[in-house]
Amino acid sequence: MRRRTWTFYAQFAFTLLVCLFLLVPVVMSVLAGVTVNFLQGLGSGLTLQWVYEVWRLYSDTIFLSLLIAIACLATTIVIGVPAAYVLAKRGGPVARMIEETLTLPLAIPGLAIALALLITYGGIREFRASWVFILVGHVLYTLPFMIRAVMAVLSSINFRVLEEGAASLGAGFWQRFFGVIVPNCRSGILAGSLMVVTLSIGEFNITWMLHTPLTKTLPVGLADSYASMRLEIGSAYTLVFLVMILPLLVAMQVWAQPRKRRAAVAEPEADPAQSEGLTRYVAREVVRP
Amino acid sequence: MRRQEFPYLVILILPAMIIALAFFLLPVARLAVVAGTGPSGMATYWTVLTTPRYFEALVATVVLAATVTFTTLLIATIAGLFLERNRFFGRSMLIAMLTFPLAFPGVVVGFLVIMLAGRQGLIGQFTELVFQDRLVFAYSMAGLFMGYVYFSIPRVILTIMAAAEKLDANLEEAARSLGASQWRVVRDVILPALMPALIASGAIAFATAMGAFGTAFTLATNIDVLPMTIYTEFTLRANIASAAALSIVLGLITWIALNVARSFAGTTVAAAG
Repeated sequence: MRRRTWTFYAQFAFTLLVCLFLLVPVVMSVLAGVTVNFLQGLGSGLTLQWVYEVWRLYSDTIFLSLLIAIACLATTIVIGVPAAYVLAKRGGPVARMIEETLTLPLAIPGLAIALALLITYGGIREFRASWVFILVGHVLYTLPFMIRAVMAVLSSINFRVLEEGAASLGAGFWQRFFGVIVPNCRSGILAGSLMVVTLSIGEFNITWMLHTPLTKTLPVGLADSYASMRLEIGSAYTLVFLVMILPLLVAMQVWAQPRKRRAAVAEPEADPAQSEGLTRYVAREVVRP
Repeated sequence: MRRQEFPYLVILILPAMIIALAFFLLPVARLAVVAGTGPSGMATYWTVLTTPRYFEALVATVVLAATVTFTTLLIATIAGLFLERNRFFGRSMLIAMLTFPLAFPGVVVGFLVIMLAGRQGLIGQFTELVFQDRLVFAYSMAGLFMGYVYFSIPRVILTIMAAAEKLDANLEEAARSLGASQWRVVRDVILPALMPALIASGAIAFATAMGAFGTAFTLATNIDVLPMTIYTEFTLRANIASAAALSIVLGLITWIALNVARSFAGTTVAAAG
């Protein structure tokens, strides 16, 4: 054990300050959401009236966000898992190009994607007015995460050997896909699902442009309350949002810590989601807040 | 066997391809075309760069994003190196605290800046107490800067910690045994080894800051950053061609930045993706 020098304490103090910079406003926001009058401070007493108020004004946005997140999850699993399998299986320039195309929405600001969707499909009134329009944006944005998470798992297990084993026992293609591939992708599907749901619930950039007064999601409601409601209501609403995503964030932290390689089938450095931990992976991949 | 499987594989990838084609490639292509349907045709792309209002917004956004990137790299390198190289009580707690804002939407980050630097914010209360003068800067460039640094720190710090983990301690030991001071070890050994990670995470931070809409939407009611310019052109002025052209320009900038990030990331982290 080295002796702690002054540089240690200086760096420690600096790091602590950075943590406080990130944490203090969140704590303030949470407190403001349960304080009778934030300007007068905590002395004015604690209350849940603002949370009730948020529920009265914005509960429909919460339900719509949950609905869209679940629909988005279902869609990304149904179309993302097969796509990931095909992309993991076929190398080749065509597969690379498809992969590039599918992940391209991450590299382009949500605002641009939303504008493109509006310009192209905004004229179809039923589509424009329904929440499915928002769902389309969310699927575009979250699909790359599901595909990458599943591809990461597939490249860490030797799935071709498993497939050949199953084939030699007489399993057909669909039997192999649903009986061997999909079950072996479970950890990737779970990691991808956590990301998809978290990102969908928090998505604002695309959603703000695509929403209508009748299809407001939680972040849209948040922006609305920040602009037009008193600080306590905005805070209480933020509190509700934090309570919703915190379990997902904790699950990501706990479940996807960097772990030791499982068995001999694993190839080193092949599985970013598992070798670096899910949060690190997300940090590298989540382009827009 | 491979040949026989081909039709099945096509069936499996078809849904994803249809979605990408119908809802991404086609709309983006239309966006690029619509940008050319304004009064000045394809020259709209040129006018967005020569119109002072657009050009100023573009420059302001690039300057803001670059400053944010530089500041974040500085903060994250100091804190990231420290956390990676020292083991102490509460370390994992600090790391968790530094990473949890990762999933905050931009609007929420904007609100957190209001909490700190808004009219009822902490900084205002503090400065009023000490200097009898309430400092409020949430709705200015400084507030935007604060918010962008806020959401960039978690992203950058994790990449830097991952790179710091792989540093070769022997090199530093060698430099020290040759008489190098701590500062020279940092400058000549640690920073060069971290450089690919710094460039990669810096490029990501830059792209994120360029395209950030949520935070700007909450704070930048009076500031022209590119995403806000696009938004007002489209919704308030109904200037769809300019909005489309500006979006394409913005998209190109972030796409190039991210490709820079990717080409450097390959050398430091296990970037299978």
